[in-house]
Amino acid sequence: MSDALEVLDQVGKWKADGKGVAVATVIVTWGSSPRPVGSQLGVDDGGNMVGSVSGGCIEGAVVKEALDAIKDGKPRLLDFGVTDEQAWDVGLACGGKVQVFVEKVN
Amino acid sequence: MKTETLAALQDARVKRRAVTLATRLSDAAEALVYRDDAKGELAGDAAIVAAAQRAMDIGKSETADIGDAKIFLNVYVPPPRLIIVGAVHIAQSLAPMAAMLEFDVTVVDPRGAWATTQRFPGVKVIQDWADEAFQAMGLDVSTAVVTLTHDPKLDDPALEAALKSDVFYIGALGSRRTHAKRKERLAEVGITEDMFARVHGPVGLNIGAKSPAEIAVSILGQIIEVRARRLEALSAPKVAAA
Repeated sequence: MSDALEVLDQVGKWKADGKGVAVATVIVTWGSSPRPVGSQLGVDDGGNMVGSVSGGCIEGAVVKEALDAIKDGKPRLLDFGVTDEQAWDVGLACGGKVQVFVEKVN
Repeated sequence: MKTETLAALQDARVKRRAVTLATRLSDAAEALVYRDDAKGELAGDAAIVAAAQRAMDIGKSETADIGDAKIFLNVYVPPPRLIIVGAVHIAQSLAPMAAMLEFDVTVVDPRGAWATTQRFPGVKVIQDWADEAFQAMGLDVSTAVVTLTHDPKLDDPALEAALKSDVFYIGALGSRRTHAKRKERLAEVGITEDMFARVHGPVGLNIGAKSPAEIAVSILGQIIEVRARRLEALSAPKVAAA
């Protein structure tokens, strides 16, 4: 919870500096996903990040979508499955699935 | 998300006010739902407001199907707070352990020699009488109060104020005998036996704790238990009330 608020603080600062900003939020999880529902990642138009939605495995893809959302203003719903094998590679004990909502801060 | 929404979430945190941000996933339309108020584009939808308030009670964010829409309910509840009355030895163990458990910790003691930040690094220290300090801080349902001074002058007003609020946990250090005397004293200021039953005393789980650190563990164990049971009760399916 406090993590999410730290994200929103940084997002607010970016916004106040006149940057384009998007917020990605974990909205559904299945299995043992690494971050709980409500976890957030803030992204500015320079690709800077604050917070996390997965502990590292899907951030790259999420940032790309966030940059697109900053450009076109449209919200996005992203589905990610983490296979056991991938999960092992990124240091997670087992697989999981997450759904992430990405929206621009207007 | 709107910039105003961001500002409102930050404001709610400062004021320790619980809020749920409801977002329609198809178009990012929003409502900020408080216990007694709702604002934003979706605020007129009674089903969304009700679902948001229920999520807030349970303290759990979730995606819900409401009507034909998928609505994400992101719950922002203030972190649980522990107010320790008495900047004593046990408090020096209790404060850092509670902070580790992500409690927002405040130590209150009117005695200047005790209530110092050197003795309590990293937590808030207020040098004041507990009832005065409580008034300034505002006790709420996500607050726990523990009195540790053994001194009726310091403990009693704190317990009286806590008992007249809706804090989720009240604990008081002291033996059974001390506790019985405390009950008699508080009866004189209008605390009935039923009201007094909310005070956990002797404080903590009965795990044979002896050292200050062990007593801190037993107190925190009890606080965790009380809080978890309360949240379990709130999340149990409710029969729709009239």
